[in-house]
Amino acid sequence: MNLSLKSLLTAAWIVLALAVSPALAADAPALVQALGAKSFNQKIEAIKQLATSGEPQAVGVLKALAARKLYLRKSDKSVVLARKSGKQYALSRPLTGEDLGKAPKSALKKIGLNNKMRRAIKAALGAMTLLSPSEEVRAKAAAAVFKSRDPDTLEALDAALAKETKPALKIALSEARAAVILNMEAAEADRLAAIAVLKARGDRDALSVLKSVAAGKGAPATAAAEAIRDIETWLAFWSAGQNIFYGLSLGSVLLLAAIGLAITFGVMGVINMAHGEMIMIGAYVTFAVQELIRSSAPGLFDYSLFIALPLAFLLAAIVGMAIEQGVIRFLYGRPLETLLATWGVSLILQQAVRSLFGPTNREVGNPGWMSGYFELGEITLTYNRVYIMLFAFAVLALLFLVLRRTPLGLQMRAVTQNRPMAGSMGIRTGWVDALTFGLGSGIAGIAGVALSQIDNVSPNLGQSYIIDSFMVVVFGGVGNLWGTLVGAMTLGVANKFLEPYAGAVMGKILVLVFIILFIQKRPRGLFALKGRAVEA
Amino acid sequence: MLNFSSALTRAAATAAVGAGLVWGSAAFAADTIKVGILHSLSGTMAISETTLKDVMLMLIEEQNKAGGLLGKKLEAVVVDPASNWPLFAEKARELISKDKVSATFGCWTSVSRKSVLPVFEELKSPLFYPVQYEGEESSEYVYYTGAAPNQQAIPAVDYLMAEGEVKRWVLAGTDYVYPRTTNKILKAYLMSKGVAEADIMINYTPFGHSDWQTIVASIKKFAGAGKKTAVVSTINGDANVPFYKELANQGIKAEDIPVVAFSVGEEELAGIDTKPLVGHLAAWNYFQSVDNEDNAAFVEKWKAFTKNPKRVSNDPMEAHVIGFKMWVKAVEKAGTTDADAVGKAIIGISVPNLSGGIATMMPNHHLTKPVLIGEVQEDGQFEIVWQTPGTVVGDAWSDYLPGSKDLISDWRAPMSCGNFNVKTGKCGGQGK
Repeated sequence: MNLSLKSLLTAAWIVLALAVSPALAADAPALVQALGAKSFNQKIEAIKQLATSGEPQAVGVLKALAARKLYLRKSDKSVVLARKSGKQYALSRPLTGEDLGKAPKSALKKIGLNNKMRRAIKAALGAMTLLSPSEEVRAKAAAAVFKSRDPDTLEALDAALAKETKPALKIALSEARAAVILNMEAAEADRLAAIAVLKARGDRDALSVLKSVAAGKGAPATAAAEAIRDIETWLAFWSAGQNIFYGLSLGSVLLLAAIGLAITFGVMGVINMAHGEMIMIGAYVTFAVQELIRSSAPGLFDYSLFIALPLAFLLAAIVGMAIEQGVIRFLYGRPLETLLATWGVSLILQQAVRSLFGPTNREVGNPGWMSGYFELGEITLTYNRVYIMLFAFAVLALLFLVLRRTPLGLQMRAVTQNRPMAGSMGIRTGWVDALTFGLGSGIAGIAGVALSQIDNVSPNLGQSYIIDSFMVVVFGGVGNLWGTLVGAMTLGVANKFLEPYAGAVMGKILVLVFIILFIQKRPRGLFALKGRAVEA
Repeated sequence: MLNFSSALTRAAATAAVGAGLVWGSAAFAADTIKVGILHSLSGTMAISETTLKDVMLMLIEEQNKAGGLLGKKLEAVVVDPASNWPLFAEKARELISKDKVSATFGCWTSVSRKSVLPVFEELKSPLFYPVQYEGEESSEYVYYTGAAPNQQAIPAVDYLMAEGEVKRWVLAGTDYVYPRTTNKILKAYLMSKGVAEADIMINYTPFGHSDWQTIVASIKKFAGAGKKTAVVSTINGDANVPFYKELANQGIKAEDIPVVAFSVGEEELAGIDTKPLVGHLAAWNYFQSVDNEDNAAFVEKWKAFTKNPKRVSNDPMEAHVIGFKMWVKAVEKAGTTDADAVGKAIIGISVPNLSGGIATMMPNHHLTKPVLIGEVQEDGQFEIVWQTPGTVVGDAWSDYLPGSKDLISDWRAPMSCGNFNVKTGKCGGQGK
């Protein structure tokens, strides 16, 4: 058949082109066809040759490959570019854009990628886009070349350096050049100069390059070793700062989980084992809201958390008040029965969610503004952690406001300090109890919205936080919000400073031992309530 | 005596799940063959184990539609050990002594298997265990239908060494028996391949660990030593989601530091946005994306059975499919469900697996399996990038650990021994 003969010829041509040498540069269409080869190594070779072929469309083709838009048409084994259009795929020829009609998915086979190929594509794109008119693309290209350290890019780098006018980009390019130089045969003076450039960069990536040089011999190796020492001292300094940030971030998560408990347990004295499940309810509300948004108004996705917050507060508060009215109010003053009853409630809630949403994890997405990271010096700060930290403080501040500045807060404090007296002043103590419990539960609900961003949304979500929450409240001092804040932050930072040395498991144990000892010494925690109210 | 918390969990589990879980007991009361299903339906492990209960129910229903076994209907007896390890042993005893099941399919974590092991040995009843595990064990009444370390961990590391040119290794795991033993084997294996001890970092975290910032940062730091680095993850269960989220958030790409996981399958990825994770790896003996007709038919049936078009299939499910088929064949061959007769008949039995090969029950109660390496895709599925040319025979006793390299297991007469020491020529070497 004509067609198969043609593809046979093409295949033979590719094998020939690949087997002979890069010097006999294969023409672009054959190289594109070689991207559909079976072995990953052949594909990588094709990517490299395509990058140096000077073909103007090569960038587009490689981008399409990286985006998984290149397919093998099963009928003639040719590489095609496919875009989904309706139920079928619209095909075109990769280099020329020639329209090849439509085909169903079953007639196509996606061209496989692996990590090695992804690296090769990035490196190739980097080398080809060094002269791009867009600054952003040039910066990306410089970073890609820095990573690939491919000696073949040296010429392109030199050309780009000569043309570059932006100082920041000039530095990035010269750093990339230094990394490349250190990866190839070069004069000693050049290598030493390159080491100096990287020493000035002074970050973890530079360290990585220098370490590979230090393993060698001669003057460059000693110079590299010296540079490594310098950089490492500098980085050690940053890593302490990093530990503090991570500690505060863990502390803010603990704080969020514990604030609600500080109300129900701290202020009301109810040992509420179902506290974690209020957090879980909040997280599931977030899931439900996102699910609704995904199906009806995808544009609102970035606002999903703001929509979920009031709903989570309301739902958790209602469930909390129902628990208070239905179970807890009959058990005031009987801590052991309260513990058992609320533990039972927590299991019922878990199983209910399990039957309703299934036992598997549910996907809660991060809105755009909460994903990714930024670098502060050598510290990587992830946006979701930073926002959660701010959110925790905001919730705490709001709670203070409610307790100190509103009539409800006043009544709450009155009831917890002296119930009979408050009652005789005309406060409906039973009602205030229900509202207080609802407030504590509602806050746990909004904590769930935040925690859904960093943890699993599964029926077990609450269980993992209940112990930590009690730990924070007891350590900080029952009945004192400041204590909860300081307690959470102390435990977070202590945990994160112990973790690198003792390991995560040992770190947790040490923190627990510390709390046990501390409670022996100060049974009322860090900030003990004073005065007659305590004795009541 | 029961401790407080397990009594609580038990009471709660009974209350929540109730007695209504003996499925269809009224339907064929008279003469049935009972099959026990011992998977947690509540508690931490419910996330993984509920699926296995469902797949067993589907297989039993199918077998009954095809005429049952030995002219009788099969009857599933489902119990809920509630992710509580001592409760596993109690429920196993209940299944064998009270419900008189002919075989049990169950357990997920190694600690639950260790907990039920004495019960199955004492009461002489077969258990089919469907999850990849750390090896170093071979029991007369347990059939290990998941992978042994040489069918998962070792080939994965080989792949990274050969294809990924990895020189530095982070072995990260949850702190319990499976990761600890696997990492011990891997460390011995890597060092036998010339990897220096300084190039191996081992890290353990508690179950359900959720704050990964420090650890991910230290992995980044470890990787910055000028050598290609990979993470071998034996992190189990819920801790995976925050781990992968942190990796994605700190911008660690698979091209730079690939993570190869042994406990993350399609089911676990269902809770994560996988777009930033494309290219991270998993090693299994089966992926849902395996392209053949048997698998397509199975996935179709599974979606229809669960009435959920988005439901995914995974490796331990395939292990149950194989284990169940083998048990059915062995019972037919032996003509009885007697545990010892079935035990004799099952060795050497071959059934097709779902990845397009044949699984055979070996004398050491492990299977022959192909090893597949898959890369995470945007849709939460895996794309197979490498696989062993044929199948690999499961090795109960690792060749890389000093205590176990002289041990072999062969449950055929006359040897009939799970830990025969080839050096001393005696049954009952080191280890258990």
